[in-house]
Amino acid sequence: MDAANPIGAAEAAPRRGGRVRPGRRIADRLLRTACLAATIVGAGVLGSILLMLIVQGVRGFTPTLFTNPTPGPGSEGGGIANAILGSLVLTGIGIVVATPVGVMAGTYLAEYGRYSKLAGLIRFLNDILLSAPSILIGLFVYTLMVRPMGTYSGWAGGVALAIIAVPVIVRTTEDMLRLVPGTLREAGAALGAPLSKVIISVTWRAASAGIVTGIILALARIAGETAPLLFTALNNNSWFSPDLIGGVANLPVMIYQFALSPYPNWQGLAWAGALLITATILVLSIIARLVIKPQMSR
Amino acid sequence: MNAASAIPTMDLNRNHAEEGRAVRIAVKDLNFYYGSFHGLKNVNINFHDRQVTALIGPSGCGKSTLLRCFNRIYSLYPEQRAEGEILLDGENILDPSVDLNELRSRIGMVFQKPTPFPMSIYDNVAFGLRLYEKLPKAELDMRVEESLRKAALWDEVKDKLRQSGTGLSGGQQQRLCIARTVAQRPEVILFDEPTSALDPISTGRIEELIEQLRDEFTIVIVTHNMQQAARISQFTGFMYLGQLVEFGPTNRMFMNPTEQRTQDYITGRFG
Repeated sequence: MDAANPIGAAEAAPRRGGRVRPGRRIADRLLRTACLAATIVGAGVLGSILLMLIVQGVRGFTPTLFTNPTPGPGSEGGGIANAILGSLVLTGIGIVVATPVGVMAGTYLAEYGRYSKLAGLIRFLNDILLSAPSILIGLFVYTLMVRPMGTYSGWAGGVALAIIAVPVIVRTTEDMLRLVPGTLREAGAALGAPLSKVIISVTWRAASAGIVTGIILALARIAGETAPLLFTALNNNSWFSPDLIGGVANLPVMIYQFALSPYPNWQGLAWAGALLITATILVLSIIARLVIKPQMSR
Repeated sequence: MNAASAIPTMDLNRNHAEEGRAVRIAVKDLNFYYGSFHGLKNVNINFHDRQVTALIGPSGCGKSTLLRCFNRIYSLYPEQRAEGEILLDGENILDPSVDLNELRSRIGMVFQKPTPFPMSIYDNVAFGLRLYEKLPKAELDMRVEESLRKAALWDEVKDKLRQSGTGLSGGQQQRLCIARTVAQRPEVILFDEPTSALDPISTGRIEELIEQLRDEFTIVIVTHNMQQAARISQFTGFMYLGQLVEFGPTNRMFMNPTEQRTQDYITGRFG
């Protein structure tokens, strides 16, 4: 009716209140209620997970949590210091390996390969890798490193985490470089600067906050990964040797094993470890937001 | 069409004699393509040494395209190509053997939107200097100051050279870009609508600046603003649909154009 008489509709529009069809108001209420309900359900689930985690995790915080290695089955006391240290080392290897590879590849896609078909193919494969099940990556590194070396190792774990981090860094680096206006590149070129100089001095700098954020988010992503470590670094109930050969204790696999165990002490340590990882990821996410904020407000 | 391209050549020879200035850039039968789109059609035009030449015409007429040929900035985009000859002091810059980076250090460009680099004011100006010259610190300081003075920005920024160039106002940013270009001591400076993103006061300052820069540099400016072309240029070229319709001394172009299309455009009948 209204559509058939657009002039009439236009005339009615300025008169606020009163003239709105009752059906519209009901539709508005329904949609608003549905959106609100969905938000409450989503936030409620998240909230209850966090609440449970905090209550149980804090209970698991013992004086020896950060000083002692994981205890034997059924024994009391102990801590998760070896798993914390192992996780730091594994994610450290992962991010140190992944950052140069990811930033360089992202730079290729955004700057050098902008018009090439090869770049399009690489971008497509990267997007697949980005959503690949992480257990596949664990199996891949198992075949690539653990089998030939004949032992689980921290190196294999680090490499598996790196493979998960690389596509995240590639994607954010490319996206952030693409946000840099083309006129800035033209301005650099117009001064007679070779592309490499423009990239290093101008576009990387302009996109630096975004690239760093991508690296931090990749760090947060691999900090909690369990599946790729099951087949590579596995676990260990004592301190690792500096050569990283043999199983290396780490938080996610420790949580996985201890949570499924029948021992209350182990279960308590698993809760504490879970809270610790969650808090770390939270802190990393906050840092990532703080890093990107000044750039967004510009 | 043929008549149109013949007239400017005639005018040009006369002006050249009148002004007594050497031809710095000579464009001969220039054609430009964006993929299959024919953006410039048989353009012939000369630019005189230490004169301001304005290119005017409605949007999409090819004036920016022509400007972008002089430093071959278009070659950043693989689907764009130019055919013909552009002689800079007798050397054809469209020749594939030309070193683009060297060419661009001789022909500076200032863009429509200010493009300060995300670095300090000092480093912005020194950027081009550090590319090709290894200057001792004291001399670098001197060149930076000299360039900022030429761009009429020194007094406003002399106490904050270490602050970011992106923190300046729009007009200041544009003058910073001019300083950055001037610092390299180029032979020619190309301005691509340098004031269209600025307020009237900043526009006035940039126009004064261009007048002063004419003492040292050959200047080509693309502008949408006909009053601006009339105020600051000695020569004007009117372009329409990828062709150079008419070219001549600015006074004559605005007072007594020979082409009907030029007349129609400058009197606001289209464009």
